[in-house]
Formats: sequence, structure tokens, C-alpha cells
Amino acid sequence: MNDGGPIIHVENLRKVFRVGKVEVEALRGVNLTVTPGEFVSIIGPSGSGKSTLFHIVGGLTPATSGIVRVAGKDLSRMSDAGRTILRKQTVSFVFQRFNLLPTLTAADNIAVARHLAGRNHTGADPEFEQILDLLGIAKRLHHKPNELSGGEQQRVAIARAVVNRPAILLADEPTGNLDSVNSQTVLGLLKRLNQELGQTILMITHDPEAAAYGDHIVSMRDGRIVSQPPARLA
Amino acid sequence: MIQKLVWENVRHRPLRTLLSALLIAIPVTLVLTLVGLSRGMLEDHRRRTQGVGADVLVRPKGASFMSGTTSAPIPEAMIAFLEKQPHVKLATGIVVQPLSGPFSTAAGIDLEKFTRMNGGFRFLSGGPFQQKDDVIVDQYFAQEQKVRAGDTITLMNRQWTVRGIVEPGVLNRVFMDLRHLQDLTGNTGKLGQIYLKLDAPENTDTVIASLKTLLEDYPIWSMKELATLYTMDNVPALRSFINVMIGIAMVIGFAVVCLSMYMAVLQRTREVGILKSLGASRAFILGMILREAVLLAAVGTVLGIGLTFAGNWLLATLAPSSFPPSTVPDWWPMALLISLGGAVLGALYPGMRAASQDPIEALAYE
Ligand SMILES: Nc1ncnc2c1ncn2[C@@H]1O[C@H](COP(=O)(O)OP(=O)(O)OP(=O)(O)O)[C@@H](O)[C@H]1O
Ligand SMILES: [Mg+2]
Repeated sequence: MNDGGPIIHVENLRKVFRVGKVEVEALRGVNLTVTPGEFVSIIGPSGSGKSTLFHIVGGLTPATSGIVRVAGKDLSRMSDAGRTILRKQTVSFVFQRFNLLPTLTAADNIAVARHLAGRNHTGADPEFEQILDLLGIAKRLHHKPNELSGGEQQRVAIARAVVNRPAILLADEPTGNLDSVNSQTVLGLLKRLNQELGQTILMITHDPEAAAYGDHIVSMRDGRIVSQPPARLA
Repeated sequence: MIQKLVWENVRHRPLRTLLSALLIAIPVTLVLTLVGLSRGMLEDHRRRTQGVGADVLVRPKGASFMSGTTSAPIPEAMIAFLEKQPHVKLATGIVVQPLSGPFSTAAGIDLEKFTRMNGGFRFLSGGPFQQKDDVIVDQYFAQEQKVRAGDTITLMNRQWTVRGIVEPGVLNRVFMDLRHLQDLTGNTGKLGQIYLKLDAPENTDTVIASLKTLLEDYPIWSMKELATLYTMDNVPALRSFINVMIGIAMVIGFAVVCLSMYMAVLQRTREVGILKSLGASRAFILGMILREAVLLAAVGTVLGIGLTFAGNWLLATLAPSSFPPSTVPDWWPMALLISLGGAVLGALYPGMRAASQDPIEALAYE
């Protein structure tokens, strides 16, 4: 896809929100490089711009200025439709609030993501079976979200996020709503996805213990990155 | 997959679904019932006209085929004149007098001649006139007015005795003695219309042709031809009335769906945000909302058709004589089209709003 180069390249990224007449500078010149297969933890105080960075890298909202390249695509020149395609093919999200569709079963939640990516085939898919095994939700697939525990919901959300083999998985406080046992399960699963399938993962967390699951820790403060990790291959 | 999303959305909130469908069903029922009633009344009219057993009808000058004849401008001498014409076996005149209700009239008949023309009433109870102030009514009228043979009834501000109750389907629902009704209404010696029976129905055209030269300006109809005229398209007022009702139904359907889908979109803001975060395009979201509206409209139409049957049953029980009901399956596709049209138009605005929602704000929505 992008032969050995960085999978995320962010340079001097700024994001300004306008609320009425007040301007909020959420990102004030962020620089970040991530290589394929990395698991990066992002920490920082509330309001430091972590989620905003994810939203831009994941194509949910445009940047105000700066360079953003994701999997070889230049996001700064991308239209709304272009970002939609990015979300369906290249990046996927896991949220603190799980964000499963409440009307659908776990299996159908996963099927929606496949459908949107245009992969509707229903035949055997050993790789996906492997993921389900790894996540340990194979038995809970025919339940609706309200019949699942928080840990189970988050595991379904992870399955939904990786089902289309995205280049990047963005997890915004994935354990923020979970107790410590479930947190450890979910973090362990993310680690295995990273190690066994080579999934590139960026994870925001407030918990230093959780952050330690990443290869590197990036900390943010006031819309800037204050400690850049060393390059992976070093 | 999109079907499943829509279907589960609809199932997930059964009360909202049911209410929306019910609200869509109401205008459908309205249109179908009105069309059914109009057609039922015309059909009933046609049947009763045929029930007279005549071959030819002579109307007063300037009358149209359906005008309610309240005056009686044909001189009675016409009967004798018509009976002298070749092939004419029998001629009998009637007068028609409006009663209180908007659709109800009484016919004054010469019972003896009328009996010869139609082969006689089939009495369910009672029998023919015995005195001047007797009426004969049909079964529907008796049922609706709750009268039996021998009861008295007030019509035209007078007391009448119900002498006989007959099977429906002949000319009218209420019959009085011709001469008595003529006298009561100041039409002594005058008739509203005249029915002719011929020696053989094949001679109808010949007779009409010769009568037309003799009686200029009198509309003369063959009863066969008359029967084919009882359709909605021949009654322009009815046609435009129904068109107006369809318009109103569409506006109601539009408003209902618009409101209902607007609520649905609001309720589902987060779900739309989730779908967008998964890469759903605007077209996908819009398509989902429109499909849901179409589903609601389809369910509403079926419900509306069901309600029409219930309404018909109610009318048939409460007022069989004024409102002969008729179901109109050929209008069902039209009803579906009306509600689908209203639904799609009504869902367009909420759907576009949902499609262009900001995904981050949508995900933050409680
Ligand atoms: N849509 C928005 N409109 C206006 N201001 C916003 C918007 N989104 C974020 N902000 C502001 O941008 C700044 C960064 O917000 P962001 O959500 O990225 O922080 P965060 O690091 O994720 O915080 P937390 O740890 O609490 O999730 C904050 O000051 C926030 O108030
Ligand atoms: Mg955040």
C-alpha cells in the first residue's frame, strides 16, 4: 500500500473550532509519524486535543491547516465524500461508548460494516472466524447490545472495526467505560490484534497502565505533542 | 442489509411505527370510503333503474340523465299518446318527491301499471296500497327507520301507514300512490317521467327513433344505455369532489410522514452518527430513511384498506338505505400510490437533514 513509508504523517496540524464569536484552538501545530504495525498510546489531560486529532486522522472532520497523510492519501485536500470513503476503507474507530447500533444483533452490527465496505459475501471467511475466536464473542453474536455486558459490547465493536481489515484502528478511550477485568481483556485483545495480525493501532487513554500496552506513548498538552516517540525501527 | 436496518428500526419502536401507520391509514380509508360510497350509490341507482323493467324512459324537456326530478312537467295525456305508438305495450308515469334526507326521495307510482311493468314487487311482509295514505318501503329503508308493516311513519309532515315492505332494487325505496302524491304536491295531472315497455326489447331503437321525431326536445333514453351512464366519470361534480379528497389525503399523508420521520431522525441521531463513522454515505442514510417511510406507507395502506372494510360494515349496519357500501379493490393501487407519494415527499426533508448531519456532533448526541 505504501511501501515501508509512514502510514500516518501529520505535520503542523491545526484545528480551530468557532463557537459563535469565540475561537477555540484545539490543535496548535501537531507533528506525528506512525509506521505500519505500530501500537501507539496517546495520553494527555482532558481538552488537550487527543480526540480532535483522531477525528481528523479518521476523516470525521477536516483540518483547519497543515499536512495530514493517511495510508498514502492526502486528507487536507479531501472532500466530504472522499472522507466517507476513507472511513469505510482505510480507518475505523472504537469509542469509549461502544457505539453499537441498538436495533441490531452483534452479528448484524458487524455485517453492516462489511456491507458498507462493499464486502457482502456470506461464505466462509477463515480469517474473520479467527478474529471472532480471538475476541471470544462467537457465542454472543446473536444478541442485541442491551443483552451484552460492557466488555462484550466493546469486543463486538472491535470486531466490527477490524472486520474490513482497516489500515488503521483508532481507539478513543476504549476502556473508559469498563471495569479493570474487562479493561485488561480488551487491552490484551488489542495487543494480540497488533501482534498477530499486524494491525496498526492508535489508542487514547487516561490510564498509564493501559498506555503501557502500546509500543510508544505520545503525550499531548494544549493542542501539541510534548513527547514524540522514537521511531520504531530504531 | 439496508432492508434489515430499516426493518429492525421499525420493529425496535413498535408504538411509533403503529401510530405512524395508523395516521397514514386514515386518509387512505377516507379516500377509499368516499370512492366506495360514490360508486355504491351509483351502482344502487343503476340497479334500481333497471329494476323498473322498462325499455325506454321519457324525461321532461331539458332534463339530464340523473337530474333529481322534483317538478312534474309532463302532461298526463302523454301516457295515452305513447301507448298508441307502435310496439309500445305499456306506458306508466311517476313523480319523484324529495324527503327529508339529502339522498332520499319518494316515488309516486300507479301500482297496478307499475306491477305489470316490472312483474310485481316481491313483498317481504304486508302488501299493496289499501288507502291513500299508505306507503310501501324497501327493506333497507325499513331497517334504517326501524318500521314494520302496519306501523305509522311521518313523511312530508304527514302520517303514513307502512302497508308493505318489499325487496330492494326497484326504482326507489319509498313508494306512494301516484294520484295522491300528485295532489299533495300540486302536480295534479302531471308526471315527472314516463317508462315504456315494448312488445320486444329488439324494437327499442326503432321506437326511440320515431319518438324523437314526434317529441322534439324530450330526452329519450333506452334503459340499457342509461345503465351504462351510471359511472363516476359521467358525474363531473363527483369526480372533482373525489380529486379534492385525494389532494387532502396526500397533504395529510405528507404531513404525517414528515413529522413522524423527523422525530425518527432526531431519535436516531446517534445511530446516524455511528453509521457515518462506519463510512455510510449521504445516499445510504437518505436511502435508509426513505425506505422506512415507504415501509410505513405500505403498512399504513394495508391498515387503511382494513379500516375501509370496518367502515363499510358500520355504514351497512347503521344506514344501509342512504349509503349502499361498495369496496373498490381497483382503487387500492391508487391508495398505495397516494400514501407512497406523500410518504416519500414527507421523508425527503428529514432524510436530507440526517444525511448531512455532522458525524462528530451526532455521536456526541444524547
Ligand atoms: N465541536 C467542537 N466545538 C468547539 N470546541 C470543541 C469541539 N470539539 C472539541 N472542542 C474543544 O477542543 C479542545 C480539545 O478537545 P478534545 O475533545 O480533542 O480533547 P480531548 O483531549 O479528547 O479531551 P478528553 O480527554 O476530555 O476527551 C477542547 O478545548 C474542546 O473544548
Ligand atoms: Mg476525548
